[in-house]
Amino acid sequence: MLEPGSIPAALLGGAVIGVAAVAMLALNGRILGVSGLVAGIIAPHSSERGLRALFLAGMLAGGVVVGKVLPGALPGAITSNTLWLIVAGLLVGFGTRLGGGCTSGHGVCGLSRLSPRSLTATLVFMAVAMVTVFVTRHVIGGIP
Amino acid sequence: MRALSFFFVGMLFAIGLGISGMTQPTKVIGFLDVAGAWDPALMFIMGSAVVIGFFGYRHVLRRPAPLLAGRFDVPTRSDIDARLFGGAALFGMGWGLAGFCPGPALVALASGSLDVVIFVVAMFVGFLARDLVGRPTAPTAAARA
Repeated sequence: MLEPGSIPAALLGGAVIGVAAVAMLALNGRILGVSGLVAGIIAPHSSERGLRALFLAGMLAGGVVVGKVLPGALPGAITSNTLWLIVAGLLVGFGTRLGGGCTSGHGVCGLSRLSPRSLTATLVFMAVAMVTVFVTRHVIGGIP
Repeated sequence: MRALSFFFVGMLFAIGLGISGMTQPTKVIGFLDVAGAWDPALMFIMGSAVVIGFFGYRHVLRRPAPLLAGRFDVPTRSDIDARLFGGAALFGMGWGLAGFCPGPALVALASGSLDVVIFVVAMFVGFLARDLVGRPTAPTAAARA
């Protein structure tokens, strides 16, 4: 059985992510960027809200499949500290919109296109995330 | 057909995220913890996704148009501005705090955990906050038209 989080699982999961990104371009001519697609459901200036909502519905349905087939893959959140989760969620939401993408749009799709903007964004968010983990784990000694 | 394609691409993508380990915040934090017991597994996700994406995109973009839409609509900007830096930095901070980026957080809703719901609601408030104060940072050709 494929152990979620192992290197073979990472390679296989990454391949499925890559195929999904290529399928989005081949079928609809678009980048598969989760933050942009999903934020556009509620953004004041947006288009194709229905298609975006269907993409989100597909992701939620995929999550249900994952939960049934690989229960270990969905352990929930890392903390139950509500304030921590709210601050993190706000930063992820605001930051991905300001920077024009997240791990999927900039990371996977942007690097596949060899986009200098996406390479820059990916290096910045990776580096800042690593520094953030360093501070929370090794300076303040864990999530309160 | 377009509607179905959005649904099924979203579903396939979510399954890929679930298999890969991205929906396990402790794995993600373990990957980001370069000063601790660094867990390299997640590097292989990006590696394998980008190899397939690179060759797949090159192949697809040789066609005149996508199968279900009139034309390709890929970003054309190449300037690197302060918003890109600032946005990526804020996102990185949030990602490091919770171990969730947008896609995996949405997939993790299926865990039924209220903590994931709280994160996702805050994330949508963050999306909306940015989209209310300014137009999209990187509008696509279709959004400008």
